[in-house]
Amino acid sequence: MSALIPSPTIIAHLALIFVVFNMLVMSAAFMVWLERKVCAWIQDRHGPNRVGFEGLLQPFADVFKLMMKEDLRPKAADAALFAIAPIISCITAFAAFSVVPFGTETTLFGLLDEPIPLQVTDVNVAVLVIFAIASMGVYGIVLAGWASNSKYSLLGGLRSAAQMISYELSYGMALAAVIMLAGSLSLREIVLNQSGYWFGVIPKWYVFLQPIGFFIFMTAGVAETNRAPFDFPEAEQELVAGYHTEYSSMSFALFFLAEYVNMVTVSAVATSLYLGGWLGPFLPDWLQWIYFLIKVFLILFFYVWMRWTLPRYRYDQLMEFGWKWLLPVSVVNLLATVVLVLWIG
Amino acid sequence: MDTIAFYIFAAIAILASLGVIGQGNPMHSVMLLIVSFGALAGLYILLQAPFTAVTQIIIYAGAIMVLFLFVVMLLNVPREEPVPVTAAGMLGPTAMKIGAVLSVVLAIEVVWGLSRLGPTWFSQDAEAAGVSSVSRIGNVLFTDHAFAFEATSILILVAMVGAVVIARREH
Repeated sequence: MSALIPSPTIIAHLALIFVVFNMLVMSAAFMVWLERKVCAWIQDRHGPNRVGFEGLLQPFADVFKLMMKEDLRPKAADAALFAIAPIISCITAFAAFSVVPFGTETTLFGLLDEPIPLQVTDVNVAVLVIFAIASMGVYGIVLAGWASNSKYSLLGGLRSAAQMISYELSYGMALAAVIMLAGSLSLREIVLNQSGYWFGVIPKWYVFLQPIGFFIFMTAGVAETNRAPFDFPEAEQELVAGYHTEYSSMSFALFFLAEYVNMVTVSAVATSLYLGGWLGPFLPDWLQWIYFLIKVFLILFFYVWMRWTLPRYRYDQLMEFGWKWLLPVSVVNLLATVVLVLWIG
Repeated sequence: MDTIAFYIFAAIAILASLGVIGQGNPMHSVMLLIVSFGALAGLYILLQAPFTAVTQIIIYAGAIMVLFLFVVMLLNVPREEPVPVTAAGMLGPTAMKIGAVLSVVLAIEVVWGLSRLGPTWFSQDAEAAGVSSVSRIGNVLFTDHAFAFEATSILILVAMVGAVVIARREH
């Protein structure tokens, strides 16, 4: 009989997965609201302010509207791939977050016998898992572009594939530099390696050891998530809506959700790799996840700020920047890190 | 538990691989090949080799297949042309006889090879798990297999230079 009742640890893990999943969905909804509010603020408008307090319920109204719409599919589209593309996008967006740690180990106030880490799963090759899932994310967009059988979608999909291949290299090089500093592939260990202070005040975050690496990671991250100023796959003025031109209703909403969840994931990974994850002063251990949320929020705000401030690049400029500037700089950064690590030990 | 997972992954890998060659839409073939690679990665994880599994995804399912997809998309072939002539028309009688002999030999080899295999189990000890750790792989790669590693890298460099030369010939 006892075998049928799951142990408290398993229940806690399931609860953790449930909480993380819903937090990601809610953060995507909140990000849509934030995006529109910040955009309005930058353009000297009010933004959404009708549904709920200051328009906070606007994203839910939007989702409800999308759910009520008919799900259209072009007659010449490839039915199977057309249906599966938004699902791939969404799954990869959510899956990447599962290895991100967001707090110290906890027994939930003595509820559990063994402490569990605040993280869905702690694999010892976490950084590579994130890289692998990010490289799978491109399929959602490429397939959507191809399966729609529309020229705008196809161009968007092709651009996305080229862009992601180009920036993945720099992304990987930036990751490799951090891995060498930490001497571990586990995100939890990388975060724990950043605890402590230099001269008693400056936190030992890798952003201070790897400022160039942080810049490369964030630039490549923006390109990987297809956000402005690198939002070529869906450049409105040229491609209507790019790869999701032909999508409607909830399948469109899934792409939208995936984009925002991807942003949250990239921000969370950047926080863990460069900004010390959940580490911070003053608060007790069990409240440290608040620092994680604050840091992730700041990066997300930066994302939105950048989108409404910078104009889009030209496509050849994007490719030139990726291959001729970002990649060489990241190689040099990697070599410099090798020398530094070997020299200091 | 491991055995059930093994059969699931193995079945997915085999069915997806059959699908790759069994249907005419090149885009579907590419996607099925990715599914097959994913199932292989699952098998590596069962063999306590998470690093190999993740590299399998990054390199094969991630990098190489994106390239495949790119080419297929650019060619934009909705369906493969059905082969206009039958095998009998394409090959001469001698070639068909040799082909038949070769396939019989292959079938005998496969049956003989499979019959000699004993049952295998997934090892659960820490020693086996340690073999796949990243630092162990790195050490072995750069000491015991240093020559093979360097030779491969030169080979890849030559291929890259060759590709650039061929692509820029018109200029």
